[in-house]
Amino acid sequence: MKALIIGVGRVGSAVAGRLHDEGWEVAVVDESEEALGRLGPNWPGEFHLGHGMDTSVLERAGIADADACVASTDGDNTNIVVAQVAKRRYEVPFVAARILDPARADFYSGRGFDVVSPTKTAIAELTHSVLSAGES
Amino acid sequence: MFVVVAGGGKVGVSVTRTLLALGHELVLVEQDQPRYERLEEEFQHRAIHGDATEIFVLERAGLRRPPDILVAVTGDDEDNIIICQLAREKYGVPKVIARVNDPRNEPHFDLLGISPTVSATSMVLALVEHEVPQHELVHLLELRKENLEIVEVEIKPSSSAAGKKVEDLHLPRTARLISVVRDGRAEIAVGSTELQAGDQVLAILEPGSEDDLKSVLLSR
Repeated sequence: MKALIIGVGRVGSAVAGRLHDEGWEVAVVDESEEALGRLGPNWPGEFHLGHGMDTSVLERAGIADADACVASTDGDNTNIVVAQVAKRRYEVPFVAARILDPARADFYSGRGFDVVSPTKTAIAELTHSVLSAGES
Repeated sequence: MFVVVAGGGKVGVSVTRTLLALGHELVLVEQDQPRYERLEEEFQHRAIHGDATEIFVLERAGLRRPPDILVAVTGDDEDNIIICQLAREKYGVPKVIARVNDPRNEPHFDLLGISPTVSATSMVLALVEHEVPQHELVHLLELRKENLEIVEVEIKPSSSAAGKKVEDLHLPRTARLISVVRDGRAEIAVGSTELQAGDQVLAILEPGSEDDLKSVLLSR
């Protein structure tokens, strides 16, 4: 199985590493070469320098035959556009986007790609832990 | 009309000034604090501060009414795309106009159904093409929705099409000649129109058939 990870910050690099450990072929795209450092000293997968909006970079990274694509840059809007391009233009079977803003996360849910909102998760979990503490 | 402009750079400010002078109601949204302060001096309450890709900022700008037109002219193409998608799909704004900063992003706007788009870079490139004679085929207008484009070709003295009638040219099925400009006068191209060296021919064609058209009109 082949995965394409766009945006290699703390989240993207960890996802890339885990998928690789699970035996996936992983290609990553990031604007900065420093991102390569986050993948560890012996990253065995592909690294492509460039912006996730740039289709020539996506194509070089093999988006056309990827089984999964994860948009995990630090920009919500970039992730939303990249996810829609991956789904609608390249028909990648599984696409996920990290969207921090809960409002945009809600609006873009149910459009054929998974929306992962760490902010919404944090809100839910923090509220839940406070409420459970109040009950005990 | 009620217009919301997202992005208070040169383009956004000029659009705002012009529409206000014409008596339209307008809200201008700018994200950058120092720039917003300068805009507020000029436009007072019509300028608001915030990221126009945030839903609460859009609602402060009046998207719930909704505006008749939303103009997204920030310097970020992904932001312009999101602003237009939210405006149209969440608030039902009937008309959105987006600026494309990097022409390579134009297919993304098309893919997501955001039109019309305006790209200063593409327009400058088209003008350069028009002025630089090496470009044998000049793109004048792209009708992206219709998947057609209008181009201009100048018939060369060396071209085998010079002296031929339009009906005798073996034009590709995906192209038609529209008109011929000769000595500054234009006429509609019909079957019996005879092409001459120096003629400027307008043609309408499906993208991708440029080379076929060039080979009919320009090959020796």
